[in-house]
Amino acid sequence: MNISPPIALIAELTHRCPLQCPYCSNPLDLLGLARERDTAFWINVIDEAAELGVLQLHLTGGEPCLRADLAVLVAHAAARGIYVNLITSAVVLDEAKLRALAEAGLGHVQISIQGAQADAADRIGHYRGGHEKKLGLARLVPGLGMSLTINAVVHRQNLDELPAIIALAASMGADRLEVAHVQYHGWALRNRDALMPDRAAFEAADRVVAEQRTALRGQMVIDYVVPDYYAQKPKTCMGGWGQRVMTMAPDGSVLPCHAAQSIPGLVFERAGERPLRAIWEEGAAFTAFRGTGWMREPCASCPAREQDWGGCRCQAMALTGDAANTDPVCHLSPLHERVTETAMVAAQSGVTDFIYRRL
Amino acid sequence: MSAMAAISAASSPALRRGVRQHFDTVRGAPILQAPERVVVLDDIALAIIELCDGRTSIAAMSEILAARFAGEAAEVEADVLAFIGELADKGLVSA
Repeated sequence: MNISPPIALIAELTHRCPLQCPYCSNPLDLLGLARERDTAFWINVIDEAAELGVLQLHLTGGEPCLRADLAVLVAHAAARGIYVNLITSAVVLDEAKLRALAEAGLGHVQISIQGAQADAADRIGHYRGGHEKKLGLARLVPGLGMSLTINAVVHRQNLDELPAIIALAASMGADRLEVAHVQYHGWALRNRDALMPDRAAFEAADRVVAEQRTALRGQMVIDYVVPDYYAQKPKTCMGGWGQRVMTMAPDGSVLPCHAAQSIPGLVFERAGERPLRAIWEEGAAFTAFRGTGWMREPCASCPAREQDWGGCRCQAMALTGDAANTDPVCHLSPLHERVTETAMVAAQSGVTDFIYRRL
Repeated sequence: MSAMAAISAASSPALRRGVRQHFDTVRGAPILQAPERVVVLDDIALAIIELCDGRTSIAAMSEILAARFAGEAAEVEADVLAFIGELADKGLVSA
């Protein structure tokens, strides 16, 4: 099999974060400051990634702006011709830091919001005053020549605010709004009962997005991540396992996706201990589910096997107990009914309290 | 009232902020770099992008391209309009 180089490197520089969102995509077992890697490590990773063919770097966390060397890393990647995206909560940023990042060559800033109303949003992020800070910082981004994306994770406790969230993003001059239904891995899986919308709410959200896409055409793009549990077809997770994206944890572990550590038995190598190219092309974690050779039925003979690549391995693990099963979101999975049922039970649970993400 | 800017032959498209043209030495291809998006460009697409300076109209772009690629002016203009429309929908150019 001919292995294409990765398009993107998602670098989780730290797991530290001032926010405690209950759907955080970080693993439950968070790494502390002592496990983080130094500037020289990340500079070396960027060099190896550029040589391998990485075109996009996503600096994320945790909160990447807690790293004092952020602008140094941005400048180094930009000088190597890599496009740099910053994924941030923005609460520890200020105008001077933002300006320094723009001057270092940052192309795109993605700022998360937890809702449209300060009180409700701050409750979800568990950080008082966060919402107002975010809005203040977001408004500065376009003027500094960088593209602005607002990211809003939506769920049962904020989905009714969706029209207001869209209007808010447009009013801030965002070039793009990402409306993402919660993906149930890690902390989100733990909080599933408090987050899962019912089918009616999800269908209403679909209609709002479709209408607003038309209304805002040419001004703001809306990207929409659908809720898996109510889908009939699985998502093409990560563009195919080990095909487009490489993720790196704060300790330098190289992962095929940010949730891959939820799959028992996979061994993750660390950058610096073996060339990144070898980890990507031959590493056991990357070859485990690359391509179609690992597939069972109904995937193995499915005409869509090279479009969806069997869906999400971590979801197959979480919902069926075996990562090599067909993603049960797929209507062809023998376990599909169980997913729909799980969603309906969670949506009716009445749970409103969150288990907040903590290091 | 839709916010959609009607794109016509009189529009002068420009790359939106944060969108950059770049040559990928690993794949040996010109590309457009944008937020969480990479577009690989062929020769004609690259020529169009290089004319997206916010001053050159699509009509003028089409004349230049028709001469350069020995094409029919009206046909080239239709192609350029379609391509710019596609890029605008993806948020890569403003027109």
